[in-house]
Parts: sequence; C-alpha cells; structure tokens
Amino acid sequence: MLLRHTPQEITERHALTINPAKTCQPIGAMYAALGVHGCLPHSHGSQGCCAYHRSALTRHYKEPISAGTSSFTEGASVFGGQANLLQAIDNMFTVYEPEVVAVHTTCLSETIGDDLPQIIDKATKDGKIPKGKHVIYANTPSYVGSHVTGFSNMVKGMAMKAETTGVKNGKVNVIPGWVEPADMEEIKRLSGLIGVDIILFPDTSGILNGPLSGEYKMFPEGGTTMAELQSAGDSIGTLALGEWCSADGARYLDTNNKVPCRVLDMPIGLMATDRFVDAMRIIAGVSVPEELSHERGQLVDIISDMHQYFFHKKVALAGDPDQLISMVEFLVSIDMCPTHVVSGTPGKAFAKRIRELTAGLPYEVNVKCDQTADMFLLHQWIKNEPVDLLIGNSYLKYIARDEDIPLVRWGFPILDRQGHQYFPTVGYKGGIRLLEKILNALLDRKDRDDPEQSFELVM
Amino acid sequence: MDPAAIKEEMLSKYPPKVARKRAKQIMINEALENETPEITANVRTIPGIITMRGCTYAGCKGVIMGPTRDIVNITHGPIGCGFYSWLTRRNQTDATAPDAQNYMTYCFSTDMQDKDIIFGGEKKLEAAIQEAYDLFHPKGICVFATCPVGLIGDDIHAVAAKMKKKFGDCNVFAFSCEGYKGVSQSAGHHIANNQVFRHLVGAEDEGKPGKYCINLLGEYNIGGDGFEIDRLLNKCGITNNATFSGNSSYDQFASAHTADLNAVMCHRSINYVADMLEVKYGIPWIKVNFIGASAAAKSLRKIAQYFGDQELIERVEEVIAEEMPAVQAVAEEVRPRTEGKTAMLFVGGSRAHHYQELFKELGMKTISAGYEFAHRDDYEGRHVLPGLKVDADSRNIEELEVEADEALYSPRKSEEELKALAESGLDFKSYDGMIPDMDEKTMVIDDLNQYEAEKMVEMLKPDIFCAGIKEKFSIQKLGIPMKQLHSYDSGGPYAGFKGAINFYREIDRLVNSKVWGYMKAPWQENPELSATYVWE
Ligand code: SF4
Ligand code: SF4
Repeated sequence: MLLRHTPQEITERHALTINPAKTCQPIGAMYAALGVHGCLPHSHGSQGCCAYHRSALTRHYKEPISAGTSSFTEGASVFGGQANLLQAIDNMFTVYEPEVVAVHTTCLSETIGDDLPQIIDKATKDGKIPKGKHVIYANTPSYVGSHVTGFSNMVKGMAMKAETTGVKNGKVNVIPGWVEPADMEEIKRLSGLIGVDIILFPDTSGILNGPLSGEYKMFPEGGTTMAELQSAGDSIGTLALGEWCSADGARYLDTNNKVPCRVLDMPIGLMATDRFVDAMRIIAGVSVPEELSHERGQLVDIISDMHQYFFHKKVALAGDPDQLISMVEFLVSIDMCPTHVVSGTPGKAFAKRIRELTAGLPYEVNVKCDQTADMFLLHQWIKNEPVDLLIGNSYLKYIARDEDIPLVRWGFPILDRQGHQYFPTVGYKGGIRLLEKILNALLDRKDRDDPEQSFELVM
Repeated sequence: MDPAAIKEEMLSKYPPKVARKRAKQIMINEALENETPEITANVRTIPGIITMRGCTYAGCKGVIMGPTRDIVNITHGPIGCGFYSWLTRRNQTDATAPDAQNYMTYCFSTDMQDKDIIFGGEKKLEAAIQEAYDLFHPKGICVFATCPVGLIGDDIHAVAAKMKKKFGDCNVFAFSCEGYKGVSQSAGHHIANNQVFRHLVGAEDEGKPGKYCINLLGEYNIGGDGFEIDRLLNKCGITNNATFSGNSSYDQFASAHTADLNAVMCHRSINYVADMLEVKYGIPWIKVNFIGASAAAKSLRKIAQYFGDQELIERVEEVIAEEMPAVQAVAEEVRPRTEGKTAMLFVGGSRAHHYQELFKELGMKTISAGYEFAHRDDYEGRHVLPGLKVDADSRNIEELEVEADEALYSPRKSEEELKALAESGLDFKSYDGMIPDMDEKTMVIDDLNQYEAEKMVEMLKPDIFCAGIKEKFSIQKLGIPMKQLHSYDSGGPYAGFKGAINFYREIDRLVNSKVWGYMKAPWQENPELSATYVWE
C-alpha cells in the first residue's frame, strides 16, 4: 500500500496538513502572467520558490516555462529586496527583452514587507523599464489563501493596467479563471460563434500548448496583449467566470473603471455553460447560432444515451472551488452522486454552495474547504464511505491505487497524462469530453471486473 | 566555432556587471601546464538571470532527507514548499517488508497562515509534531524551516528538542534550511548532512552483518540506481550497510559508523560527511562512480583492493566478467548510431561529470559541461580545497567540529596499511574533478542559465543536451533531444551494468528518434507552388 499509514478512523487535526489539496499563491500568479503576451513572470524572493513553480508548471504543461527570480540571499532577506528587484528588472529587460514583466512576491518578500509599487516606481524613475515596456505586479503571500488566490491577485494586477478613455470599445471582458489553454481557446471560439467581441485575460492558449517546429520562442504569439489590457477599461462589461479566480479583477474594473461586471460559474457542464451562453447572447443582443444549440444537443444526447452508467455512481473530488462548483453541479445533473469534496482553498461560501447544489441528494455530502481539507482527510472519508470514482489531480492516483478506484484526472497539476493542454473541458464540447473520460474510467473498470458470463460487448 | 568567440558572443548581451561576473564562470578548457585554470563556482546567482538552481530547503528536505522512508518529514512553513517537494524527485524506496514504514508518499506541512507569521509559528509546529506522533508513532520526525520561519525567528530546534524529550521514543530534530541561506541546493545538502551526522549517526551499534561492509555516500536512488548498485555489491559479497540517502531508513543512518569503508558517489553533496566519519570513527573513504560500465567495474575493483582479500578480488573479477559481455554487446550494437555525436551536460554537482563516462562508451563527445550547484573542488579537484575563499554565503553554513569519538573511534586500517594501499594505487580522499577529464577547448560553464543554454545549443548544435525539467522543453523546441539527468525522464536505472545498458538504449532512442525529422511540413520544405496538382 502506498498510503499505508492512513487510518480509517478520523481524528481531529488542527496544525498538521497532510497531502494538501492546494498549493501556494505565486504559482497561480505565474500561470496567470504567462497568459499575457510577451510577459516574463518574476518571482520576488529566494530562487527556490521560482524553481519549484517553474518545475510544477513545466511538468503539467510539458512546455518551457520561463520566469525570473530575485535570488535573495541572507543579506536581501535582512535588508530588503529592493536592490535585487531593481537589478532583476534591468537584467530581464536587457537579456530577455519581454514586453511585460509580471512581478509577484513570495512568503519571504512578504514577510520582510518589500513594497512592490514603490520599488517599481523607483525602477521607472531610474530608467530601468525601457520605453513602451511594462511592469505589472501582485502581492501573493502564500500564508493567505492558495494558488487560486495568487491567480486572482495577478488577474487583478492585470486589471490595474486598464485605462478608461470614455469611448466604449464595444467589447466584453471575459476572465476565464484558472482553466487550461485549450479551455481559453474554447471560450474564444464560443464567443466568436455567438458573435461577441471579447477581451480574454489571461489567455494562455498558444503559449502553453505550443507546437514543435525547431524554433524556440521565449514569447510565443499568444496571450492577452498589453493594448487589450489597457482597453479593458473601455469595455461594455466584464464576465468573471468563477468567484475565486476571477471576481476580484472584475470588481476592480467595476469600481475603478466603471465597467460593470457579473460573476458567473465556470462554464463547465451543461447548466453552467447554458448560463454563460445565455449571458453572452443577452449582452450582445443576438440569438444563439444553431451551431451552438446543436453542440448543446449533442451533450444532452450523450447524457441520455449513457445515463444508466452514470446513475447513482458515487464520486469523491479534490480541487479548486470554481472548478468544483461547476463540476458538482454537472455531476448532480447527470444523476451521479458527489459524495466527498475537498478543497484546500479557504472560503466558507464554497461549502455552502456545494451543499445547495447537492441538497436534492438523499444523503449529506462531506465537504470541507480549509487548511486541513486535504487529501488525507478525503482518503479517510473514502475509507468510511467508499466511492465509485475519483476526480482530481494526479496526486489522487495514490488513493486510486490503494483503494482500487478509477480516477479521472482533472485540475492542477496533472503530471502523468496528456490531453489537458489540447482538449477543453469547458463548454458543451468540453462537457462531452468530460463524459467520455468519466465513461471510459467507469466502463474500463466494469470490463475488468465483470465475470466472464456477463462480460458485455455492447454497452 | 572557436570557444573564445562563443564565450564573447554569449557575454555580449549582458549588462557590463553581469558580463564580468559570468565571464569568470565560463571557462575554456585549455590544458595549461599541469594545472587547470580557475573557475568561479558556488557564488550567488544574479537576480533576474533565469537560473537552473533551486534553494537550500530543496537541497535539504528534497534531496538529502527526501529519500528516507521511515522518518516523518514536516515542512514548517506556508504550503508551497512542502507541496512542491512532494514526490517530485524520483528516489525510489523498497518498503516491501511486511512491517516497513513508508512516509515518502505523504506531504506533511504546518501550512502556516498569516496569524502564524505575525504571532509566531512555534505553537503550531509543536501541535503539528504532536499530531504526527499521535497518528503514526514514527521512529523519527524531522522539521524543515522555509524562508519565512527564519525571519520571524521561530526556534524550531527548541521545539524539536522539547517534543523529543516528551515522546521518549521518537527522535525529533530540525533543520534550519531556509531557502535564502547559501546560494543553491548545495547549502541545503550540508545543513541536512550535518544534522544527520549530529542526531542520527552513531545511535545504533548494530550494523548489517558482513565481511566486507561499506557505506555508499551520495547516492540517491533516482530511478532505482541504488538498487542496481546494491545488486552488484551483493553479488560480489560486499555489504552495503547504509546508503546516504537513497532507499535509506532511520536505522541505516544510525549504524553508519559500523561500516569499514565509505564509498563516495556524489562528491559535492557529501564529501564532508566522509571526512567527518573518518575523523570521528576512523573509517577511510574513497571516491567511486557507478555511472558508466567501466567506471562501475573500476569502483568495484577499488573496493576489493581496499579490503585486500584475494577471495573478494577474485569474486569481483568474476562478477565483472559475467556482467560485461551483455553491456558490450549493446554498446557495440548501438555505437554505429551514436559514434561521433556530441553532448552537453549541465546538471547537479557530480552528474555532469559522471555521465561523460557513459557518453564516452557510446563514442560520443562531451563538448560542454557544467554544474548547477557544485564548488570549485568538483571542477578542479580537491587540491584546491585549502585555497578556497570562504565568502559570506558559505560562512552561513555551519561546519561541524568533530573529533575522534572516545568509545567508538577505531581506525579500520593502520597508517602503514593506508600508506601501502595508497602506494599500490588506491587513492584515499581523492577527487580530481570534472575538468581534467574533459578535452581541450571544451567549455566548462558554472550555473548555466536559460539564455546561455539556448545560445550554446544554437551555436554548437549538440546532438543531445542534458539538464533538468525546467530546461527540457525550451531545448527540445529547438529540435534537439533533451535528456533529464535529475529525474531521468521517468527512466533508469542508469548506474551499474544494467544501468549502462539502459542508458545506451535510451540515448540511441533519443538521438535517432524519427520525431526530429518532422519539424517542417512538406509545404514548408517546398513552399513554391507547382503549376498543377498531379492527379492519378
Ligand atoms: S515560500 Fe511561500 S511562495 Fe515560496 S514555495 Fe513556499 S509557500 Fe510558496
Ligand atoms: S520559500 Fe524559501 S524554502 Fe520555500 S521554496 Fe522558496 S526559497 Fe525555498
């Protein structure tokens, strides 16, 4: 057994997190920053954090992840990191020539109390930021929130670049949240189909799912341009897809640039996608094209075709709040039974929302979202109340193997399978892909376990 | 291309200060009269320069303590540091014994929150240690400090000592391995090893039985390397009492002082432990290398020579004779496809040197190499040690003062015996470093960064590039195969004889993969429009 020391009996824990269902803020900030065109993320702290974040993102995307670090040593840790950051900004613009540098802090620089706006201001005054280039920033102390918070903070850092000219640009800002490059591409496709001109930020498509062509571009074609970010202050409105990842940035634009916003759920699964599409067509005042209704119909079709295999299957999930909310709603909508749900990202509203979504089920779900809402607890819950399926990141494979439960990999990080960069799980097509994955997992298991006399060819 | 021109071209883009600094870390190997030119190493990375390096915590918790299965390793800090070091290194462990404990699949963290940063985290740490003890009752609990911990002044050692005393049956100790200490992982290795030496070694007087008993230092069992080495040692009748720290367990460390020889694989991460074991317990050490078939054979012979028993010497020859034909057969099969190809290696603190052996066996030439976190002695040899400057960053890292242990010191060989062995060609405490093994005009580059890597590949077009995960895909985008020598790309083992075979096949696969021919589509190769399409 790989997790042989996990006891079935659940004892109270207050101080020790075991097998976390979250990681730290800066990696979210780094991922978000990679969705800005020509942007080099920069980690203001010791070099270890940066190495860890780059490695984790690289393992997930199998793509180069470049980011700078302030490489603090003891001196910088005692006297502050201003000199390091100034030097770093200078070196990065000289050597790598990015359009934008996106600075985020780490626990170290936060604990010291380095003042990013002041240092960046000094860099500007000292002429360390070449003309026409930009520095954006976010404070990302990891002892608050999680990687999701860091993503949200960097999105807000992008929103801070928005300018208001008074002339509307006729576009809608869409903040997709922490989804895959393929999802961002899909959101753009859906918007295009409906006929809404959007500014999507961040947008990692084209950056973290790039081609192999014998050429290495440190800054590939994709990403939200600085011009788009600046123009976001002139948009008609902002749709934030997910409260945890996207709402702060949207509300910032609302308060500062008078761009009104709505926070929707991430368009994962039938209903959440319906709400997204419906919102888009009302904003644009257009009718939804037949093509999209057709895609929706295909998703409904597969739900009905295979309903018997979904029906009343119990599922345990670990992941991030925005994704889990939509996923749980989707599972309930196809009559699956989300049974245990953990997220290490704090926020009481999450548990409440999951309870609401599962209110119609004949039992109460186990849901927890705080420091000790970890995979250790999830595993203990599973030992007490077994499930048919696991949904979450690659770390769940240890539980999957020990308990012999099929696993659908979904979320971050996925370190051992491919596809997430290329195939979306948002939108109707994404829903179809999710169902395909769930069915494959369940039916492969059934094929493995069915006795010979009842082994099925047609399912 | 002329290496001097390459160097100049590479430096030309840097701001002057950066160029001056990097110039000292980029060395052209010009075999001067019996001496190698000096390289600057183990110095700070320049802020903003995209480095391969990680931090002290990574070296301590990740590299040295990570591979020990039966100690509960608690990261004291916010969640990230612990999360990223959770199962991401491929140090394998054998926990198949029925009662074996294995915590390597777990990540333990105090997951500090803002109130812990403001009011201090000692209470939370204490509670976390208690919770871990209550849940698992392990033999040992180790605590690792991350950056903020040092700043807020938590006394992790006091908390550990208090809990150790309270439990009575669990060894609790801590590591001040904050990421900002030192300039790379290397500082973390040192901090880890010091604490293992201080709190573990010597605690258990019963080592493994065996006539020829050694410890293997600086072998981390990535991809099962240690298993293959153990297989060979076993076959020869040599007992591996303790590996530091691949596939290790609490008891092995504790009884390390009972072995009769220390064989050092990775000089960088552990040579000082070998020194301390010699001073305190009287165990001599030799440098070995099991990467490369002939290096592995040589290492086995060295160990046999040390013990000096004819029986062992013969057994070692038998084993080599038995194992070598399979290795040579694969080398011969592969060589026509690898001969003359070129490699670059930028990794770690010993691998960039050791793996040159395997490439040599494939008929490949290493045209440039360098370490990520090694020191000058790993480049130039231990003879530079007395003259090494101790800068502010190194002074931060504790050097343990050890002396002969009153009860346990017992020299394994007399002065005369050691001298005789040395005269017969067995070098004790000796390592000549990477540079003497490299050809003239090759380039040795310390702490290579992303920009330089890309430049080197563009200018010298190696057939294969070796480094770590962060470098993997930017190199491959250029159409050059990249082999990870930290994680082995989920492959391995590459040590010993079976490992050599695996590596030959792997390199053959990589450099001859069809995929490198698919970079351009037909219409990109021939963009001109032909007049008409030819139908059937
Ligand atoms: S110190 Fe903070 S920012 Fe750095 S890896 Fe650890 S948790 Fe993340
Ligand atoms: S916070 Fe410090 S200890 Fe943690 S990863 Fe970053 S540099 Fe390393």
